[in-house]
Amino acid sequence: MIEDHQTQQVPTNWRDAAMQQRIKKRYAAEKRFRLFGFTTVIFALGFLVFLIGDVVLKAFPAFTAAEIQLSVTFDSTAFGLARTRADIDAAEYGAFIKAGLAKRFPEAQNRTTKRELRELVSEDAERVLKAAVEANPDLIGKTKVFWLPGSDIVELYVKNQLNAKGVVGERLASDTMLARLNSAQSNGELRKTFNTRFFSAPDSKHAELAGIAGSAKGSLLTLFVTLLAAFPLAIFTAIYLEQFAPKNHLTDFIEVNINNLAAVPSVIYGLLGASVYLGFMEMHRSASLVGGLTLALMTMPTIVIASRAAIKAVPPSIRDGAVALGASPLQAVFHHVLPSAMPGMLTGTIIGMSRALGETAPLLLIGMVGFFGDIPSSFNDGTAVLPVQIYIWASATERLFAQKTSAAILVLLLFLIIMNATAIYFRNRFEKRW
Amino acid sequence: MNKQDVSAVKMTALNCNVYYNEKQAIKDVTIDIRADEVTAFIGPSGCGKSTFLRCLNRMNDTIAGCRVTGDIKLDGEDIYGKAMDVVQLRARVGMVFQKPNPFPKSIYENIAYGPRIHGLISNKTGLDEVVKNSLQKAGLWEEVKDRLNESGTALSGGQQQRLCIARAIAVNPEVILMDEPCSALDPIATAKIEELIEELRGRYAIVIVTHNMQQAARVSQKTAFFHLGSMVEYGATTDIFTNPRKERTKDYITGRYG
Ligand SMILES: Nc1ncnc2c1ncn2[C@@H]1O[C@H](COP(=O)(O)OP(=O)(O)O)[C@@H](O)[C@H]1O
Ligand SMILES: [Mg+2]
Repeated sequence: MIEDHQTQQVPTNWRDAAMQQRIKKRYAAEKRFRLFGFTTVIFALGFLVFLIGDVVLKAFPAFTAAEIQLSVTFDSTAFGLARTRADIDAAEYGAFIKAGLAKRFPEAQNRTTKRELRELVSEDAERVLKAAVEANPDLIGKTKVFWLPGSDIVELYVKNQLNAKGVVGERLASDTMLARLNSAQSNGELRKTFNTRFFSAPDSKHAELAGIAGSAKGSLLTLFVTLLAAFPLAIFTAIYLEQFAPKNHLTDFIEVNINNLAAVPSVIYGLLGASVYLGFMEMHRSASLVGGLTLALMTMPTIVIASRAAIKAVPPSIRDGAVALGASPLQAVFHHVLPSAMPGMLTGTIIGMSRALGETAPLLLIGMVGFFGDIPSSFNDGTAVLPVQIYIWASATERLFAQKTSAAILVLLLFLIIMNATAIYFRNRFEKRW
Repeated sequence: MNKQDVSAVKMTALNCNVYYNEKQAIKDVTIDIRADEVTAFIGPSGCGKSTFLRCLNRMNDTIAGCRVTGDIKLDGEDIYGKAMDVVQLRARVGMVFQKPNPFPKSIYENIAYGPRIHGLISNKTGLDEVVKNSLQKAGLWEEVKDRLNESGTALSGGQQQRLCIARAIAVNPEVILMDEPCSALDPIATAKIEELIEELRGRYAIVIVTHNMQQAARVSQKTAFFHLGSMVEYGATTDIFTNPRKERTKDYITGRYG
C-alpha cells in the first residue's frame, strides 16, 4: 500500500509559475510586515520626541530667574541700640526696600504708584536682606547695592514674556510699570540668573518663588515608605505562593484575588488608606508615611505578580539539584531560585514603583493633594508629591506656573530615568555573578 | 575495607509501592543494592524507573500527590523512618539528573555549595581542596582548573554532567543515583561518563537508569528490568543479557518492544 502510494506521486515542480507566485507572495507579506513594524516604531518615537521636546522647550524658561539691582540703606533707627540678634530679626526689611525703591523711582508719589513700585521686588528679597545683615551686622546704618530677587513681573519682563497676548491670566503691567522696567533695563539694573530657588524652595503662592523641593522630597519619602512596605511583603508572598503553599482552593482563591487587586482602580486604594490609616490608625493626614503605605497597597499586587512570574521562570531542575544535594526547601529557594528570579523581581518592583511615583488619585483621599508651603522634614509632615505638584501648577493661571509645570514634569521624568537605570544596574549586577 | 564490607548490601527496598494520587506507578518492588557494584535499571519509558530511583533519596517527597509505601533501608536504617533526616539522607544518597542542571553560578560555587550547606568544611583552603578533589574524581579538573570562576552553565553538555557528578561527590555520598545521565549527551561525552562510572565503582554504590541496553551491559554488574511498574527480573547483568529467565525480559532486550 505504501509502495503504491509512492509510485503514484508526481514529483513537485518547484519551478512552475504558480509556485513562483506563492514564493513572491510570501516575501511580499514579510516585507509588508516589516514596513508596518518600522512605521509604528517611527510613529511612537515621533510622539515621544514631540512630547519630551515640547516639555523641555516649555520648561526651559523656568530655570531662569530675574534679579533687580537696588541700593538699600539699613536705617540704624530700625534696629535697637544693642543690635542684638532679636533686633536684627525684628527689623522691618520691607521698609528698607520701599525706601530704596522710592529713591530710585522718585516720580512715584501717590499710593497706587507706590504700591506698584513694591511689586518690582519679590517677597523673598526681605529674607535676602535679613540674611545679609545677620551675616554682617556692620551693614547697619550703611548703604549697599544688592541684587534682589525680582517679582514675577520682572521675571516675565526679563524673559520677554510680558504682555504677550492670548495667555490666560497673563499679568499686564501698567504703562508706568513698563516705563520703569525699561529704564531699569537700560541702566543695567536687571539681570537673568539661574533659578536655583526652583530646586531648593517649596511651593509658594508667589509664582516666582515656587520651587520643586517640597514635592520632590515628598515623593522621595513617599516612595521610600512604599518600597519598604511593599517590596518585602510582596516578595515573601510570591515566594510562599509559588514555592511553599499547597495547591488547593484557598491558594487558588488568594491567587485570583491578588490578580484582581492589581486591576482595582487606584482611587479605591485611597479610600482604603483613608479609612485604615487615617480613620482607624489615626496617622497624620497628608503625611508621606500615609501616602507611602497607601501606595504600597496598590503596588504590592503588581510586584507579587511579576515576582511569581519570575520565580516560575526559574527551571525546576535548579531547585531539584539543590534539594538533591541536601539543601532544605528554604535553602534551595533562597540560594538558587531567588537569585535567578531576582532580575525579574526587581523589574516588576521598578514597574510598580514607577506607577506609584505617578499616582495622584489615591493621594486625593488622604489629603496629599493641596498646597504645602514647606519642605517636609519627617515622614509625618504634610506634603505634596511631584504629580500632585504638577497638577496644582497646571491648574494655576500665571504664566510662570505654566513654565514650572513643564519643569516639574522634567524632574518627574528624571526620577523615572534614575529608577529605571537603577533597575538595569541591579539586573546586570545580579546576572554577572553567575 | 575488608572483603565483607565491600560486598555489603548498601540499600534494600522491600515491597515498595509508589502512587501518584490514585495511580500506582511502582508495584511491589523488592531489591538489594550493593555498595561495590553498579546497578542498572532498564525498561521501556514510563515503566517507573525514575519513580523508583527517586524513592531511594526521597526526591519523591517534593512531588505533590506522590505516596510511597514499603520499606526502603540505607545501611539497615529505614529512610522513611522518623529517625532519618531527609537532608542528611540526600547528602548520603546523591543524585545526577537526566538533563545536566548545574547551578547558574561559578564552577567553584557549584562544587562548594554542598559541603558549605552541610557545614562539612568552613575554611577556604579546605574548600579549595574539596573542589579540586571532586573535580579530579569526576575527571573534569584538567579541563576547568583555569576557569573555576566561570559559570557552570557555560560548559559543554558533557562537562556540565560531569560537573553535576563532581557536585554530588563533593558531599561525600555513599550512594550515587543517576537518572539517564547520558541521554542528553553525544557519544563521546557518553563514553567519558561511562569511563567515569567505571572509575567510581567501588568507592560509591551506583544506581544508573538507562534506556540504552548496551550502556547497561557495559557499565553495570547488576541489572533490574522494569515493566509497567513492576520489577520483572533482577540479576547479574551478564545473566540478564545472555540468559534472561523471563519471557518479557527476553522480548525487551531483543528489541521486540520498547
Ligand atoms: N510527577 C508525576 N505525577 C504523576 N504521574 C507521574 C509523575 N511522574 C511520573 N509519573 C507517571 O509514573 C509512571 C512512571 O514514570 P517514570 O518513573 O518517569 O518512568 P520512566 O523513568 O521509567 O520513564 C508514568 O506512567 C508516568 O506518567
Ligand atoms: Mg525517566
